[in-house]
Amino acid sequence: MSAVPAGATHRAPSYLSDTWRIARKDLLIEFRTRSAFLAATVFAVLAVVIFRFTWDPTAIPAMDLAPGVLWVIFTFSGLLGLNRSFGLELAEHAYDGLLASQVSREAIFTGKALANLVFVICVQALALPAVALFFDLSVGPSWWIIVGIVLLASVGLSAVGTLFAAIASNTRLAELLLPMMTLPFFVPLVIPAAQATAVVLRGQPIADGMAWLKVLLAFDLVFVSACIVVFPFTIEE
Amino acid sequence: MSSVSSVAPRPATLPEPKGFDAFLAIAIVAVIAACTRALFFTPIDAMLGAAQKIFYVHVPAAIVGLYFSCGLLFVSSIMYLWIKDERLDRLAESAAEVGLVFMGIVLVTGPVWARTSWGTWWVWEARITSTLFLWLLVLGYLVLRSGVESAEVRARLSAVMGSLAALLVPFIHLTVKLFRGMHPEAVVLAPEKPKMPPEMLLSFGLSMVAFLLLFFALLRLRFRWATLRDARAAMEAA
Repeated sequence: MSAVPAGATHRAPSYLSDTWRIARKDLLIEFRTRSAFLAATVFAVLAVVIFRFTWDPTAIPAMDLAPGVLWVIFTFSGLLGLNRSFGLELAEHAYDGLLASQVSREAIFTGKALANLVFVICVQALALPAVALFFDLSVGPSWWIIVGIVLLASVGLSAVGTLFAAIASNTRLAELLLPMMTLPFFVPLVIPAAQATAVVLRGQPIADGMAWLKVLLAFDLVFVSACIVVFPFTIEE
Repeated sequence: MSSVSSVAPRPATLPEPKGFDAFLAIAIVAVIAACTRALFFTPIDAMLGAAQKIFYVHVPAAIVGLYFSCGLLFVSSIMYLWIKDERLDRLAESAAEVGLVFMGIVLVTGPVWARTSWGTWWVWEARITSTLFLWLLVLGYLVLRSGVESAEVRARLSAVMGSLAALLVPFIHLTVKLFRGMHPEAVVLAPEKPKMPPEMLLSFGLSMVAFLLLFFALLRLRFRWATLRDARAAMEAA
């Protein structure tokens, strides 16, 4: 944005810059404390290691098990970050301040979802190599397809997860309730993502997994829009 | 915190809850009659044997639980977000709870039938899997409702979840269908759709009517209970 000349009237910040400001605030808090990120990555690596000990490599090939392990870890480590997203705002009524500001409710949602998206991707950037290392996977030249799958699934996961984190923060049960509400919604993300990952790991052409990628893309489009529309309803008038 | 809600005209005293509900009594008699007819006065299926009798409970419960209850839950949730009428919230609550019961019947009778016809208790077939996920979804919805104290917040938040669930169901169904489609395993033998003899068709029709009666009777009762509960809460608050 260009610098505002002296004497110009004050302009309300645009939707996108509001979104960015909210996301930046959340990420900055996370970057300074690193509490959730540390918890999520330690959880992810621990889970990979534990899964390794429940698995008999002579009975089930790593290729068949790894996609499932990867996406189970992805979902649960994502939940760890989502819980914090609105819990953060409840302390000292920070949320009321946010709502009293000029920022539109939709911008609050997209900002929070964007911060969660970055969080989930960062956790995944560490979990993915961990799975590859401990399960001895050779991803080969098609690694970028897996990155694409991760990005597609992360968008849907953070949109739906952010919305339900907002809902859960209004209830008595809070973090107990979040998995109960979100996990059914993650079904059309986790199953297609795991199946598409399996296609790539087996070295099959990506055309075989195209149907799964389309489901992921459709889920992202439908639920990102729907969550933006219904988010204002989660806030008290 | 709580906004000044437009106060509905309150009754000075609570309406007396009745101990006997004629509609429910008729519905229960109808269900017993339909089951009796299905068990004793309908011929046994030549291929599937006596276990086919489960059909007369399983399929009506599935149609009522999955289509009527969930449909009602989704429509009333979306309508609530639109016109914010607390009766719609009670309707959604009642539909979810009654639907959970009917879906429970489906999920219990299904494996019993599967064990005798397919030789296994559980098959990860698309429709079964979708029903299970839907059951869990409605359960999550009811837990959410139980976790909110304020009636207005509860109605709003659960309506948000109910509306999103309406969008989710096609995705779940598509996903589990694709999941089966990509595994060229033994195709589950789906009982061929009614090429049934007229006696069986009549028995099925009668159970369908009986289950619909039961659904509406339970829904009406549950809705009334919710109305009484809210009226009482309003009286206590006043």
